Amino acid sequence: MTFWIIQALNGISFGMLLFLLAAGLSLIFGVMKVLNLAHGSLYLLGGYLGLTVLRFTNSFLLALAAAVLGVTLLAVVMERTVLRRIYGEELRQALLTFGFLFIIADQALWIWGGNPQTLPKPQAFTRSLQMGTIVFPSYRFLVIAVGIVMGVALWWLQERTRLGAMIRAGVDDEEMARGIGVNTPRLFTGVFALGAFLAAVGGVMGGALLGVYPGADFEVLLLAFVVIIIGGLGSLKGAFLGGLLVGLLDNFGKALFPELALFTIFAPMAIILAIRPTGLFGRL
Amino acid sequence: MKRRVLAVAPPTLILLLLPLALSSYQLGLLTKMLIYGIFAMSLDLLLGYTGLPSLGHAAFFGVASYTVALTALRVVNNFWIDFTAGLVMAGVIGALFGLLALRTHATYFLMITMALAQVLWGIAFGWRSLTRGDDGLPGVPRPNLGISWGLPWSLADGIPFYYFVLVFFALTTALLWVIIRSPFGRVLVGIRESEARMEVLGYNVWLYKYTAFILAGVFAGVAGNLFAYYNGFVSPSYVSIIFSATALIMVILGGAGTIFGAALGAIVIVYLENVISVYTERWLLILGAIYVLVTLFAPNGLVGLLRERFGSRMA
Repeated sequence: MTFWIIQALNGISFGMLLFLLAAGLSLIFGVMKVLNLAHGSLYLLGGYLGLTVLRFTNSFLLALAAAVLGVTLLAVVMERTVLRRIYGEELRQALLTFGFLFIIADQALWIWGGNPQTLPKPQAFTRSLQMGTIVFPSYRFLVIAVGIVMGVALWWLQERTRLGAMIRAGVDDEEMARGIGVNTPRLFTGVFALGAFLAAVGGVMGGALLGVYPGADFEVLLLAFVVIIIGGLGSLKGAFLGGLLVGLLDNFGKALFPELALFTIFAPMAIILAIRPTGLFGRL
Repeated sequence: MKRRVLAVAPPTLILLLLPLALSSYQLGLLTKMLIYGIFAMSLDLLLGYTGLPSLGHAAFFGVASYTVALTALRVVNNFWIDFTAGLVMAGVIGALFGLLALRTHATYFLMITMALAQVLWGIAFGWRSLTRGDDGLPGVPRPNLGISWGLPWSLADGIPFYYFVLVFFALTTALLWVIIRSPFGRVLVGIRESEARMEVLGYNVWLYKYTAFILAGVFAGVAGNLFAYYNGFVSPSYVSIIFSATALIMVILGGAGTIFGAALGAIVIVYLENVISVYTERWLLILGAIYVLVTLFAPNGLVGLLRERFGSRMA
């Protein structure tokens, strides 16, 4: 029983990281119709930036703030200077972000080297919690909490604010939204920045949980894809439940069938794809 | 027709005679260009002609080379059996992945092909007892047609192997050329332009796309087979996403929707990779920069640029 609870908690905390990534990917695609293949790279960059700042300042919060700021800024520059030039051409934009994936991966390898590194956890969360026979690192609870808080905040933003209304309008019909006076270029920049922000938060939180290393960008990107394929593009609920499901499947797969770990994720994905090609909650 | 013969003759002559003037290292590079050319052309059938942006094409290349390596090393070292096994496996994987991937469109298709290819990478990397994981499988023997055919040469040397590859390159080019100009190929182009219209016209769009997907997989398998022989070694990098992405940029750099362009893109990328690797280890950076520059400034590729400059008669 202990095994199951601990593995489930591990899976949920990993699922929350995937949710942060998939929510951003999904949002960006929903509004801008851009499949951001560099999304995993933003995650990776967030982790590395956090690592560097942590080394100099010893403050997790400062590291988080710096990483988020750096990555978001980079995303804004990327969107403003390059992506903007080819709006409306889905494939070209996806390929463009693919170029950024390579560039960032290469530069990160150059700057931070090839060895896996782990961010030190914030001081208040270095210990484990004990409940009966279950010993569980408190940091994982922090990750879960951050995921839930972000999820609620995103839901509130999307459903209850003016900005959210504009985002929903953009998802449903970008042209119409523009027609009724939504400043879509600015909205696009904002949405891309928001996605990058979520990825960076994921990168710092995940960096302390799983470490940062070359190849992590591809790994999380692919899992975020699976989350979206299962949950559906453009759906916050889909990203949340998909993230949980993939996190759990990944974790139990690795624990129970180490040699076939990928299948525990991809087999359900294939089944869902066969039944519902647009995912469980997909609207696009 | 006469024009076509005139257009094809010079490159054919060059490819036939060039080996005589090259060092063995350069010859190896040229052989690699041809193999990658086959791979790029196979992807072009999907991307350029059917409008299916696959980001997992290395799956078929990789599965074929692993099949050839494994059957040659563990089962039977017979060229005909091994080569056929490689192609069959590429086709089977194509038929399997096609069932899933073709339930989706555009962006989903891109994601799903990438994810499916990653499953194979996971097997190549993780199933150590079969694939020896990251170490790869060394010692794949070159086919020795010399003995069974009674020819005076074997394929162990660079020059005979080059011509062996050249035969497959020519066959692939010719076959793809015929396919694309056949009614079948015209339907594929129609699907690329407007799937809905083809559907309304009564074509079974799904079946056409499925057939194209499997065909592209088998042609990629040809390249994978040859590459296993070429290197004498297979590793998970043959199935990797980076390799899929490299193939994609070959097609786009050359010019999607032109067979000649895909081959040209392969030649340019192999050449660049080779030249740049001498000076720096930052090949991924260069590849990324190529991606950005090509998508921004030359979306129709080199062939597109040539056409703009010299009118539409080129290529």
